[in-house]
Amino acid sequence: MLNWFHRLGSPKIFFEISGRWQVPLLFLSVLMLTGGAAWALLFVPPDYQQGDSVRIMYIHVPAAILAQSGYLMMAGAAAVFLIWRIKLADVAVKCIAPLGASITFLALVTGAIWGKPTWGTWWVWDARLTSTLVLFFLYIGVIALRSAMERQAGAGRACAILALVGVVNLPVIKFSVEWWYTLHQPASFSLTEKPTMPVEMWLPLLIMVVAYYLFFFAIWIMRIRNEILVREKSTDWVKQWLTVR
Amino acid sequence: MNLFIASVQRDLLVHFRHPSEVLNPLVFFIVVISLFPLGIGPEPGQLKEIAPGIVWVAALLATLMSMDSMFRSDFEDGSLEQVVLSEQSTFIFVLAKVVSHWLLSGLPLVLLMPLAALLLFLDEAGTWALTLSLLLVSPTLSLLGGIGAALTVGLPRGGLLVTILVMPLYVPVLVLATAMVQAAEAGSDTIGYVYWLLAILFGSVCLAPIATAAAVNVATDQ
Repeated sequence: MLNWFHRLGSPKIFFEISGRWQVPLLFLSVLMLTGGAAWALLFVPPDYQQGDSVRIMYIHVPAAILAQSGYLMMAGAAAVFLIWRIKLADVAVKCIAPLGASITFLALVTGAIWGKPTWGTWWVWDARLTSTLVLFFLYIGVIALRSAMERQAGAGRACAILALVGVVNLPVIKFSVEWWYTLHQPASFSLTEKPTMPVEMWLPLLIMVVAYYLFFFAIWIMRIRNEILVREKSTDWVKQWLTVR
Repeated sequence: MNLFIASVQRDLLVHFRHPSEVLNPLVFFIVVISLFPLGIGPEPGQLKEIAPGIVWVAALLATLMSMDSMFRSDFEDGSLEQVVLSEQSTFIFVLAKVVSHWLLSGLPLVLLMPLAALLLFLDEAGTWALTLSLLLVSPTLSLLGGIGAALTVGLPRGGLLVTILVMPLYVPVLVLATAMVQAAEAGSDTIGYVYWLLAILFGSVCLAPIATAAAVNVATDQ
């Protein structure tokens, strides 16, 4: 098992293995995204209070979940890079930051669109919204530091330190809902408790969450492969791969 | 410990001989504070209501102004590299840098707080809460800002980048501190906020210098 991880840490082997994964992964995620979205937008019964506007939930909630766990994944990769100095982990950190920032932006925008019909306003300065905005700024900080240090050898380690420091913010997001009394409802999903929603509402949501994750991983892998090719462009195997193409 | 005392002494001495770097953020703070009544209008009730937020944001900006210089001169003349190469602990050195930064930028701001409160018509309870909150939070500001300063020290113009990197980390203390001042003005109990701010301060004392020391290592490694 450990041996397998070591092999995967090599850019060349990761490139070969991920090449076999990326097409099925992308295909499955697009299939689930279209299926889940069609189910959620066309067949799910409207909410007794919110009416049809509840359907935004199927776009918004997976994005919000993924925004946070994307940062966790980035910090995990950053820790791996700082501890074991695996170069592939640095590539992963670099490639996930813009992805995470865009998914956080999606969560903020869909949240605003959902807030207009339900709360009557585009934006409220509530703890959870604010901490998602702060999460967005944290992503932006990592991206900004990377682009400012582009030509320097320490860029990867500096960004990894910053990502780990930002993880301190994630518990604040998690508990902020309980700290302040707010407009925002508590999390809809929990691993340990039975969902409060009826099954025909939460099942498509679950499908959408899984589909978002799969799509995120597929794009992440594609970006990593691209970055590997750029970084390893002077090695023999990349030259060989390019000539075969 | 010797390194700690020597480093703080040296920083204080350098800045007492060239005080403009210390005074500029303070002048900036007062200028920003006095711009708000000019922009909003001199009506005391309105100013009193938004005073905690104004004072706090101005204090954050003033702290960030001086942040960029925390490690820069040491980096440029090579003494930062010498400390990293020596057998002395980088953690202690970083902590000393943060302490001298706080003595030179945080503490003067705390002393200016009553003046700022006076300009914005805060009552006595609000003034005390404001001063106490900044006293509790300003070390945290220096500690967290040190991370940003160390990360960007190798870059030619790190100033604006420090603000982008560090501002998100300041959000929790900003929220808690302004809530504390507002609670004091409304006459309710503030001890809960004091505990929270202290908890964040102690957490930062333990964790932030680790990240700063790691960032200093990266910066001197190139």
